[in-house]
Amino acid sequence: MIRIEEATSTIVSEFDNFDDWMDKYNYLIELGKSLPLIDEKHKTEANLIEGCQSRVWLHAEFDGTLIHFTADSDAVITKGIANLLIRAYSGHTPQEILDSSTEFLNEIGLTQHLSPTRSNGLLSMIKQIKMYALVYKAKQAM
Amino acid sequence: MQFYALDIDKIRADFPVLARSVHNRPLVYFDNAATTQKPQVVIDALTDYYSNYNSNVHRGVHSLSQQATTAFEAVRDKVQAFIHARYRHEVIFTRGCTEAINLVAATWGRKNISAGDEILISAMEHHSNIVPWQMLCEEKGARLVVCPLLDDGSLNLEMLFSMMNSRTRLLALTHISNTLGTINPVKLITGKAHEKGITVLIDGAQALSHMEVDVQDIGCDFYTFSAHKIYGPMGIGGLYGREEVLSAMPPYQGGGEMIKSVSFERTTYNELPYKFEAGTPNVGGTIAFGAAIDYVNSIGLQTIARMEHELLTYATGRLLENPLVRIIGTSPEKASLISFMIDRIHPFDAGTIIDQLGIAVRTGTHCTQPLMDKLGIPGTIRASFAFYNTKAEIDRLIEAIGKVEEIFL
Repeated sequence: MIRIEEATSTIVSEFDNFDDWMDKYNYLIELGKSLPLIDEKHKTEANLIEGCQSRVWLHAEFDGTLIHFTADSDAVITKGIANLLIRAYSGHTPQEILDSSTEFLNEIGLTQHLSPTRSNGLLSMIKQIKMYALVYKAKQAM
Repeated sequence: MQFYALDIDKIRADFPVLARSVHNRPLVYFDNAATTQKPQVVIDALTDYYSNYNSNVHRGVHSLSQQATTAFEAVRDKVQAFIHARYRHEVIFTRGCTEAINLVAATWGRKNISAGDEILISAMEHHSNIVPWQMLCEEKGARLVVCPLLDDGSLNLEMLFSMMNSRTRLLALTHISNTLGTINPVKLITGKAHEKGITVLIDGAQALSHMEVDVQDIGCDFYTFSAHKIYGPMGIGGLYGREEVLSAMPPYQGGGEMIKSVSFERTTYNELPYKFEAGTPNVGGTIAFGAAIDYVNSIGLQTIARMEHELLTYATGRLLENPLVRIIGTSPEKASLISFMIDRIHPFDAGTIIDQLGIAVRTGTHCTQPLMDKLGIPGTIRASFAFYNTKAEIDRLIEAIGKVEEIFL
């Protein structure tokens, strides 16, 4: 199992290959189109993240040690962002997720280009991922 | 049209921001329904006020205060003339259209709405003309009744008239829909409502910059507007109210300016319009609003309407050349904005790429979430035009849509 930092630095180096912003978007769109994201049965109201311009579903499963995330969105770019976040955070322990930094999003220029409003769901997704980590950490302690 | 060809460069030069680039491309600004850009004369009026005669109004005998007061009050006359109000004291300055609507809900509404009453609105209202009434209805045990739309996005007038009944106290209706562009026949509707003794508020946020508004001709009791949607600064707007209606209303906020005399036992309220203008007003913003009205008058609302109509017609035609584009809102009477969807592409995806190409359009629900739910769509892409936009800019939007399709389909 690779660490979160390794996953995120791989993502950063992938984005380093692009000079043009259109290329970065094209890559995000590819990621959005390619990922089989979520089981239809998890596209529930309860899994919807509020406040995004597009609909985003985030589902979490905890196997007692690791949290596994799946996600989907009706907008392709948002789906691409979800894909990046899942690559970074899925399959890690609650503690690892809580300790991790979101700096890689700045490094690939995502936070700059996708405005830090809730409209693209980026911040809401991260918040929700960390929230799950917090909840499952509490469960572990029980 | 010769006038158009001759003067557009000169007009664009009046708006400094139009010269800038976004993502290394010349900016195309098609989000005028959200806020319009400001001409240099408006920016200068703000700077001039703060540089040369900033002072509080109505208070001091000193020269600066008098100069500021004169300039501030002159704008009331300008607004009165611009919307054809009978009296200058029928113009109340507020922070904007939203505050004007909230003022009416908080004062007229609290006094006149009781349990069992109905407030009638339409399905095309902006959140600002929904939520204040919802809050009032909740407080009073009244009912909010929503008139549906026809398929083309125009009001279902038959339904609207049939929904006006003996319980209806207020009709709150937008003059122009910010999402669909529909221009409502507000004079006809106001007449029908008044026959039944219903008070009428028209939300003019989208209308003032596009067409000649005559509140006496419309006959409405209230008309609300924002300066920033008519080339003025943000944070200033107004409420027009018929004198009889305003006089009978209790004050809004308490504070300075709205009082005649204050003792700890009793306060007597000032007369119109000051009764509704508590606290230090936005003097600089108001003066710059006046400059915006002067600017619009110097171009002429008829010229503006003609130029915008030409842009609307051109853009509609160009968009409809694309079989994947579906225009939402095709009412015969339409202001210069187009909401549309591209088949199989989410508006957020499209908007993100269109922005990368230097074009500012709005995507999403445009603060009309109930309307989007009703139409069963996740939102639209909205291009809203002002007279400083050009056909060449519309061509860039068409190209951008082509690029969006190339990327996503």
